[in-house]
Amino acid sequence: MRKTLLALAAGLLLSGSVSAASAADKLKVGFIYLGPIGDLGWTYQHDLARQALVKELGDKIETTYLENVPEGPDAERAIEQLVRAGNKLIFTTSFGYMDPTLKVAKKYPNVHFEHSTGYKRDKNMSTYSAKWYQGRYIQGLIAAKMSKSGVLGYIGSFPIPEVVSGINATILAAQTINPNIKVKIIWANTWFDPGKEADAAKALIDQGADVIMQHTDSPAAMQIASERGKLAFGQDSEMIKFGPKTQLTSILDTWGPYYIARVKAELDGAWKSEDTWGGLDSHMFAMAPYTNMPDDVKKMAEDAQAAITAGKLHPFKCPVLGQDGKEVECKGGANLADGQILGMNFYVKGIDDKLPGK
Amino acid sequence: MQLVLEKRAERSNTIALVSPLIAIGLTIVTMAILFAILGKNPLLALHAYFIAPLTDGYSLQEIAVKATPLVMIAIGLSLCYLANAWNIGAEGQFLIGAVAGSWIAVKTQGTDAGVWVLPAMFVLAAAAGALYALIPAICKVKFGASEILTSLMLVYVADLFLDYLVRGPWRDPQGFNFPTTAEFDPVATVPLLIEGGRLHLGSIIVLLVVAAAAILLGRTIKGFEIRVVGAAPRAARFGGFNSDQLIILTFAVSGALAGLAGIIEVAGPVGHLQPGISPGYGFTAIIVAFLGRLNPLGILIAGLFLALTFIGGEQAQIAMKIPLDVTKVFQGILLFYVLACDSLILYRFKLVVPNRQVARGTG
Repeated sequence: MRKTLLALAAGLLLSGSVSAASAADKLKVGFIYLGPIGDLGWTYQHDLARQALVKELGDKIETTYLENVPEGPDAERAIEQLVRAGNKLIFTTSFGYMDPTLKVAKKYPNVHFEHSTGYKRDKNMSTYSAKWYQGRYIQGLIAAKMSKSGVLGYIGSFPIPEVVSGINATILAAQTINPNIKVKIIWANTWFDPGKEADAAKALIDQGADVIMQHTDSPAAMQIASERGKLAFGQDSEMIKFGPKTQLTSILDTWGPYYIARVKAELDGAWKSEDTWGGLDSHMFAMAPYTNMPDDVKKMAEDAQAAITAGKLHPFKCPVLGQDGKEVECKGGANLADGQILGMNFYVKGIDDKLPGK
Repeated sequence: MQLVLEKRAERSNTIALVSPLIAIGLTIVTMAILFAILGKNPLLALHAYFIAPLTDGYSLQEIAVKATPLVMIAIGLSLCYLANAWNIGAEGQFLIGAVAGSWIAVKTQGTDAGVWVLPAMFVLAAAAGALYALIPAICKVKFGASEILTSLMLVYVADLFLDYLVRGPWRDPQGFNFPTTAEFDPVATVPLLIEGGRLHLGSIIVLLVVAAAAILLGRTIKGFEIRVVGAAPRAARFGGFNSDQLIILTFAVSGALAGLAGIIEVAGPVGHLQPGISPGYGFTAIIVAFLGRLNPLGILIAGLFLALTFIGGEQAQIAMKIPLDVTKVFQGILLFYVLACDSLILYRFKLVVPNRQVARGTG
């Protein structure tokens, strides 16, 4: 018996393939993920993009990722581990990695960093994000058309500018269809918590909302809306399988084209620190198919999408009125300036609620 | 024939020393099998976990940085547990300490406050942690409330309080509404020990704490009282030791250490106050305390070892593309074996032949 065990152990030790020797001339590209990859949501979409990158440039690059890295004291170490493992281009895919990324970037001037959704940059640290408010505008139009009660339910994550501008874009769009549209907002104070999100959806429906929109990650709200026979929008990923008769559309994060472009630039030696804030026109995100709506509403949504893509329609076209009815200073010519949207810290007229922390 | 666990007449000192080694050996064998099933070379994987992090200065620093809060909190907890006082809320005391210390950092931001800022932050953080820990201690002593429940529930109170502060009054005005304070000024930051590294003053402080705890437990009457009250409450009563007083004392000390760990983490590796400053240090420290057998030196080793599995786990993820879940399985298996082997200290296996022959024979 003992001999068999020994033989087995020796066999096991020798059986693993010795594949550590990788081609040294391949560009190493690293990724830091906030969550586990899972089946849908924010991290899943980043990983889809990484896979697209491998498919496109797999013969020239090698990718590595660290998943489930908390946005606290561990982040800086995780990023530095990737640097020390030889990664030359590193994508840190959540807002909370901003300061840790900046610290590591200052320490390693020859490594290039790409930070998602932040606002601090350096010579070797770019930022990239998407104009999701454009998608929210389209959702606002659809919601106002589809709502019978005239009350929309909105599950917010955190009252940061990205989320606030999404709410404002939604309501501005909805007002063009129904000037008296109402929106109920619940702050879940989380990006991902199916329990809390489900509770929020139930509370919103109980308050009369019949179209549910979310800025959180899980399909829980979609499932509740589906159970109650209401309508809803997905978030980050395609969520149609959680509400085949419920999902109107979903904002899909499509980082693939951006990742491929940046890695190509790195391979060509043309990488520069940039601030990328792309919209529908540059495919930084996409809309899931418009479903569960009459043809005329679908046509309207498609037209709006085409107009936004072509730059003919801007969700924050001046004048934009603040909650107090006063006009917001228009710093971008015909529209609010990008800086005003990126730092948006106010509700527009027609939102009967108070922005937390105001 | 039957295999039974029989209580040993006395603790086996040999086994007490050998048991952790058996546990580590079993873990390595189990993991090697698991790695092989995953199609990874077990030798390379184990190397990435255990050896690689110990071979360069950078990883050694990171191990020390990761172990610092764990050891600091676990030392305090071990005093509580030795005295039979069950503080489960170190996570909350850690957060409250971080908040209290940050208050000074936030209020002096941009002023030309002097070098007193950091020491003041430390003192206030320790005091706040101690006071926060006194709530469950006093409830226990005065009203008999279970300190396990009250200390645990206060974790969530602290968590939400911190959350409120960084989303409201202390939010960085230049921070686009994101929930964080501004970066602390240099005078409010824990100094680094190595230029360009991450090792900070906190790691020195934690060594002092370990030494102090070893002296307290080994050489003072107070330390003797703590151990007697925990091990033999009746004898302690006859000896005139006041167990209520000791509950209060040990809770206060462990709260102070957790609070200090909190501010060191915030003013050190993080650099500002934000939600999520602790990836569960207060709870992981409970494991560290028991893994170290409630002994100061043991806790230091246990903390470093647990830190090694974190760092090694990351390196294995990078070098071998081993998923993070395997790291967690790895830590779980390790703890499982350590606790399982520990039962050998108090029990032994014995083959028992039943007196009466059972009809079905050996079963």
